[in-house]
Amino acid sequence: MIKRLFNFHGGIKPASHKSESADAPIRPAPLPHRLIVPLRQNARASARCIVETGERVLKGQRIGEAEGTLGTAVHAPTSGHVVDIAEHPMAHPSGLDTLCVVIEPDGEEAWIEHAPFDYRSQGRLATLTWLRDCGIVGMGGAAFPSHIKLGSGKGMDTLIINGAECEPWITCDDRLMRERAAGIMAGVRILRELLGARRVLVGVEDNKPEALQSMREAARADTDIEVLSVPTLYPAGGEKQLIRVLTGIEIPHGKLGSEYGVQCFNVGTAHAVHRAIEHGEPLLSRVVTLTGNMAQPANYEVLVGTPIEHLLPLAEPREDTDRYLLGGPMMGFALPDLSVPILKGSNCVIAASPALFPPPQPELACIRCGACARACPADLQPFELYWFSRSRNFGKAQEYHLFDCIECGCCAYVCPSHIPLVDYYRFAKSEIWARERDVKAADQARERFEFRNYRQEREKAEKAARLAAKAAETKAKLAQKPAGADGDAAAQGEAAAEDPKKALIAAALARAKAQKAAVQPRNTDNLSPEKQAEIAEIEARRATADTGTEPSRAASEEKS
Amino acid sequence: MIHSPYIRNNASVRSVMLMVLLALLPGVAAYAWKVSPAILLNLAIATATALLAEAAVLALRRRPLAPALGDLSAVVTAWLVALCFPPIVPWWLTVTAVLVAIVAVKHLYGGLGQNPFNPAMVAYCAMIVAFPALMSQWPPAGGLPFEMQLQLILGGVRDVDAITGATALDAMRTGLRAGAGTVEAVRDDSAFGLLGGRGYEWVAAGYLLGGLFLLARKIITWHMPVAFIAALALISGLFWLVNPAQFASPAFHLASGGAMLAAFFIVTDPVSGATTPRGKLIFAAGIGLIAYLIRAFGAFPEGIAFAVLLMNMCVPLVDMKTQPAVFGHKKGVSR
Repeated sequence: MIKRLFNFHGGIKPASHKSESADAPIRPAPLPHRLIVPLRQNARASARCIVETGERVLKGQRIGEAEGTLGTAVHAPTSGHVVDIAEHPMAHPSGLDTLCVVIEPDGEEAWIEHAPFDYRSQGRLATLTWLRDCGIVGMGGAAFPSHIKLGSGKGMDTLIINGAECEPWITCDDRLMRERAAGIMAGVRILRELLGARRVLVGVEDNKPEALQSMREAARADTDIEVLSVPTLYPAGGEKQLIRVLTGIEIPHGKLGSEYGVQCFNVGTAHAVHRAIEHGEPLLSRVVTLTGNMAQPANYEVLVGTPIEHLLPLAEPREDTDRYLLGGPMMGFALPDLSVPILKGSNCVIAASPALFPPPQPELACIRCGACARACPADLQPFELYWFSRSRNFGKAQEYHLFDCIECGCCAYVCPSHIPLVDYYRFAKSEIWARERDVKAADQARERFEFRNYRQEREKAEKAARLAAKAAETKAKLAQKPAGADGDAAAQGEAAAEDPKKALIAAALARAKAQKAAVQPRNTDNLSPEKQAEIAEIEARRATADTGTEPSRAASEEKS
Repeated sequence: MIHSPYIRNNASVRSVMLMVLLALLPGVAAYAWKVSPAILLNLAIATATALLAEAAVLALRRRPLAPALGDLSAVVTAWLVALCFPPIVPWWLTVTAVLVAIVAVKHLYGGLGQNPFNPAMVAYCAMIVAFPALMSQWPPAGGLPFEMQLQLILGGVRDVDAITGATALDAMRTGLRAGAGTVEAVRDDSAFGLLGGRGYEWVAAGYLLGGLFLLARKIITWHMPVAFIAALALISGLFWLVNPAQFASPAFHLASGGAMLAAFFIVTDPVSGATTPRGKLIFAAGIGLIAYLIRAFGAFPEGIAFAVLLMNMCVPLVDMKTQPAVFGHKKGVSR
C-alpha cells in the first residue's frame, strides 16, 4: 500500500551539496587533548556539577546531575582527569560562556560499569528517569530532553522518525541510517512502546536512496513501521513540516505534537535511545559532518565536548576558508570561536569560503513581490513582518504571527532585494521578549511599591489606634485616682503621688505623638494646585495603564 | 555579523525588472510594426527622462545612484507610461508624464517599494485630465507617414484632427452615445479590426504573449491577470447578453484599449497592488469592474488607469482583511 503524502506550503530547493560528504563512512574521531563538556546542553536547563577538579572520571560516569524539569544528566565522554571546572564559550551565536567540566583524557577509554536497562519490567516512569540520567536529548539540533517528549506518552497515535535531513551539506543522519539502521530501528521500537503509538512513520528525503534502502531493510519485519520517501524540499525536515507531510496534521505554534497524537524524534535520538536501553550507555558521542571548503569532507563519530578546532584538521580545510558554520547554511551560524565544544545537537561543521558562500549583496528596498510569502512554509506574509519589524511596530508583527516563524530562512533565500529578513524577525522577537521582561519587572516593582504604601498606612493606623487606647486608659486611671486615694494605705498613696505625674506626662506625650502621626503631611500635600493635578493624573494613569511599561518610573517611585 | 541563511538564490530586483522589459518586447514589436514605429522614439524619450529624473532625485536625497538606477525599475515605469500614451504625443508631454511618475509618485513617497499608487497610471490620469485633446489623438494603425509622426512628437504644427482618428473604444463610445448607432453599425468604422482596434489588437496579442512568459517565469502569479480578465469579461458579457445592440462584446473589451497591457503589466505591479492571494483576486477584479463601468458609462473612453488608482487606495484594507491562515491555524487541517 502506498501511503498518501501531504505537502506543506512553500519551501525551497537549494543546491543540496550532499555528495561531498555522503560517501564518507563514519569514522571515530581521535581523542582530543582536552574535552570541554558544558553542563548546559540546551538553552533551557543546566546540569548540577557533581565532580571536583582533580577527580578521576571513567567513560560514561555522570559528572552533571539533571536539575529542573527540563534537565538531563551530563557524562564524562571518556576516562581521564577533571582538570578544571570553569566558564567557557559555548557553541551558540552569542559565544557566551557557560560552566564546563574540562577533562584531560588518559587514553584508556575505561568504561564505568554499565548494563542494559530492562525497560519492560522496570516500568515507564523508571525508564524515563533512566533516559534522563543517560542524558538523552534530541539530536536534530534543539537538544530537547527526550524523556519530556516521551512523558506525555500513552495513547499516542503516530510516532514520526525524522530522517529527512533537509539542510544542504549535512550527511550525518544519512550515514547513520546507512550504517546503523538496525540500531535506529531498535530505538524506534523502544520509543514506540514507550509512547504506545499505533504506527510509526519514518520520513527520509528522496535524495538519500541508500539510507531509505537500509532503513526499509531494518524495518522489514515490522508491519507497523513504514519507511517513507518524502520529496526533497527544504524545510521538509522541520519537525512540524515533516509531521504535516507524513500525516497531514498541522501543529500550531506553541502546541506540542502530543496534543495531536503525534510525536517526532530524530534518527540519531532513536539510535541513542537504543544504546541507552540495550547497552546501558549514556549519550557520549554523535556523528558530525565536516564539509564545505575541505579537501577531505568526512563524517566522524565525535565525543561530546571535543573542541571544534581539534576536528577541523581531520577534514583538511582549504586555504581560502574564511569562517566556519555550525549546522547547515540555512539555519546554522558562523562560529565566533573555534575552541567551542561539539554538543549533543551539533550535526555539521561547514568550512565557508567567499566562493562557496559569497557575501550577501547590498540590501535593497522591498518591492512587495511576495516571493517570500510563496516560499514561507509557515504560510506567513514575511514582507509584512519585515515592514512591521523594521518600523518597530511589534504589536502588529505579533498580530501577523511573528512567533509562528520558524526562522528557516526560505524568505531570505528567495528575496530579490537581498533583505536579511530572518535577522529582522530575530530582532523583533528579541525586542518583544525584552519588553515582556521589562513589563514583568515593572509589574513587580509596582506591586512592591503598592504593598509598601499599604503597609505604611496600616502601620500608621495601628500605631495611632494603640496610642489612642493607651491615652484613654491613662485618662480613665486619672479619673479613678482621686476616689481610690481617699481610703487607701500609705504605700498606695505614695505610688499614687508619683503615678498621676507619670501618667500625665505619658498622656501628653501620647497625645503629641498621636497628633503628629495623624497630621504628618505627605510629601504630596501643600503643593500648588497644578502640581496636585499632575500627581492626580499620574495616579490615574498608573491605575488605568495595564501596567507601567517603564520600570524606571516605578522604581523611582518606589524609592521616593 | 552576517547571519543565516548563508545561501541565496540568484534572484534580484534587476532580473525581475529585466524579465518584465523582455516580456514587453513582443507588444512593442507589434506596436512598431502594425501601428507606429514612432513608439520607439517615445520609449527612448521616456527611458532617458526616467533615468535622469531618478538620478537627480537620488542625488538630492543623497542616496547611492548605482543600485537604484541599475535595478531598472525606472525603465519599466518609463516604458509603461510611453506604451499607454498615444504614440504621437509631443515629447514634452511624455517628459512631463515621466517626471510626474518618477519624481512625484515614486520618490516623494520614499522611492522604490514605497509608492501607494501605480506611477504610470498616475501619470496617465494626470495627463488625460490636463491635456485631454493631446491624450486622445491616436493615429490610425499604419495610417500616418513616419516623418509626420516624428514631426508631431518633436513639436511640429499640430493640426492633427484631420489625420488622427478615434480609437476603437472612443469610436464605440461616441457612436453609441450619439444614440442612433448600434454596436454593429459603429463597428463599420475603420478604427475596428477583427476583435478590437485595427492594428492595436495585434499589440494586445503581443502583451498577452509577454504576459504568459511572465507567468511561466513565475515573475507574476495567475491571480491578477485571471481575476482582471474574468471580471472584465463577466461584466461586459452580462451587459452584452442583456442588450447586444448597445453594449460591445467581452471579446471586444478584452482586445481593445489597454486591457492586455493592464492584465499582465499594470495590475500586476507588486508595489502598489494587493499581496495576499485572495487580496490579489479582489484587487484585480475590482479594477476590471471599475474599468468597464468607466468605459461604458463614464466620461473617458478608457477607464483602466482610474480603476487602478481607485483600487490602489483599497490595497491596505484588502490586504489586511485577506491575510491567509498561517500554518496550524487553518480550518479543517489540524484536528
